Amino acid sequence: MAAAVDVPVVRVAGGRTGDDLRALWVVWKRELIRFRRNRMRIITSLAQPVLFLFILGTGLSTVISTADHFNFRTFMFPGVLAMTVLFTSIFSAISIVWDREFGFLREMLVAPVHRWTLVLGKCLGGATVATIQGAIMLALAGLVGVPYNPVMLLVLLLEMMLTAFALTAFGVMLAARISDVQSFQVVTQLFVLPMFFLSGAVFPVTKLPVWLGVLSKLDPLSYAVDPLRKEVFSYLSIPPVIRHTFDPGVSWGASQLPVFFEVGLVAIAAVVMLGIAIRQFSRPS
Amino acid sequence: MWQALRVTQSETSAAVQVAGATDQAVVAQDLKKNYKEIEAVRGVSFDVATGEIFGFLGPNGAGKSTTISMLCTLVNPTAGSARVAGFDVVADQARVRQRIGLVFQDTTLDDYLTASENLRFHAELYGVPRDLVPTRMHQVLEMVDLWERRDGLVQTFSGGMKRRLEIARGLLHSPAVLFLDEPTVGLDPQTRSHIWRYIQELRRREKITIFLTTHYMDEAEYCDRLAIMDKGVLVAIDTPEALKGSIGEDRVELHTSDDQQAIQRLEQHFQLKAQVSEGAVAFHVPGGEQFVPRLFAELGVPISSIRVSRPTLDDVFMTYTGRTIRDAEATSGDRLRATPWMRGRGRR
Repeated sequence: MAAAVDVPVVRVAGGRTGDDLRALWVVWKRELIRFRRNRMRIITSLAQPVLFLFILGTGLSTVISTADHFNFRTFMFPGVLAMTVLFTSIFSAISIVWDREFGFLREMLVAPVHRWTLVLGKCLGGATVATIQGAIMLALAGLVGVPYNPVMLLVLLLEMMLTAFALTAFGVMLAARISDVQSFQVVTQLFVLPMFFLSGAVFPVTKLPVWLGVLSKLDPLSYAVDPLRKEVFSYLSIPPVIRHTFDPGVSWGASQLPVFFEVGLVAIAAVVMLGIAIRQFSRPS
Repeated sequence: MWQALRVTQSETSAAVQVAGATDQAVVAQDLKKNYKEIEAVRGVSFDVATGEIFGFLGPNGAGKSTTISMLCTLVNPTAGSARVAGFDVVADQARVRQRIGLVFQDTTLDDYLTASENLRFHAELYGVPRDLVPTRMHQVLEMVDLWERRDGLVQTFSGGMKRRLEIARGLLHSPAVLFLDEPTVGLDPQTRSHIWRYIQELRRREKITIFLTTHYMDEAEYCDRLAIMDKGVLVAIDTPEALKGSIGEDRVELHTSDDQQAIQRLEQHFQLKAQVSEGAVAFHVPGGEQFVPRLFAELGVPISSIRVSRPTLDDVFMTYTGRTIRDAEATSGDRLRATPWMRGRGRR
């Protein structure tokens, strides 16, 4: 046998900020590696919004007649951006359930780092992936009559980032309570789809019956879809009537909510849900 | 020692250093764990010396995994206390976690990452200094013969390779104590013997303490000391040799040129009752191997061959628990298999 091997003395993580940042970074990086490696996932999660936009959107535009040849797909475009971000974020977050099933979660939870670094890393990772997917969809703007204005693209990107972060935090919060993979379907049916439909992503929610209208206002995604749509519509030249129908905004009572307020709501929701998620994962067993 | 550590533990960093450098890698004092009405662990106390390979032997459901989970800070004890690498497992969780490596029964690797990506993830989580990571990764991967496969996706690995990779990962941050919960369960005999070679190599190279649980008798033999656990209590704790010695005498079988004279000499000179059995002179004596030189020197009858057989650990287990380990497995079922905290998050 060879002579004694020189074993380097390793100083291990000791709760310093640097250690927490390294943990956060590597959890984020893992999300990106997994995303990059799973081509099928990239394709399937883009297929759905593309189908919505070009098949459902085209189909609906044949029955919704507007005088000025307003393209219904243009209306749907911001909704479909939100949809891409929604499903990608939730999928990323829910992967925690798989991590638990396959044991990898334990590798993370036994590490000598603060739990908040793991949760925040996961949320940032999911948000990054969802934003990338959203950006790919954004590239299709020209096909549905939305101009490629750099300022608009940047604003949309930032809004998608915030939305993605809030939704991933929401998903992580749910994932903390889900102990098996089967329940994932239930979550999708019970939370994600209703959130999506009531958010105004695929149809204007102004003329809904009262009970649905209330639900729509309770839907956090409404406040993420509206700023995206306002941003897109501010670069379109369309008659006021059409703008009024298809970009009605969200109002509480008589007052229209300004964009900064809506964005603020999403940001607050993100922070609150992140806080809950961190608390759930920090509980001692 | 125990009392002294308690006092110095939270004072100065120098004191912490002293506490961290204790001779006892693990000290458990009357550890208890209840899950609702089930008493999984009913008060166990033991010490593990630094550098020891210490084994927990017992059937599934005996409380081995629960004990190991408490030592690894994954489960808080209902009562009692434990110190690992000098730190209290409840009060000083983070410090304990930094100093231990864990290999669980079930795999905890990310299948979508390569072997080296899994290790790098671990290195970042444990804050291994960046400049040491490549060297250290090379060392541990070489040790488990996976260096060539470092860029392979884990999902393409066999069960044995995954387990080896987990052992490599558990060592990456140079822990003081490596916990192995059933490290070879579900693996074929060849892989199992490989893994044991690594474990022994490890102790030699890294001078670390190894704490493991097993329900394989042949593996228990590899341990320096062994604790037999049954129904939540420790029924015996000693070296495998001493355990086997404690239950009685070895059997010695002799072939001599004159069996009758040998039997006579044994009775007169050694006060041992021997008889001819299956063509050999057979008798029982404590410490058979130590007795052999004396026998050759003093028997006075030429011996052509000799055989000493030991009681097995199966005999030991039987003596202490009143049943064989296989029977125990059959009755206990999977009552408290694995670490209950993992899957049960939603339920508790």
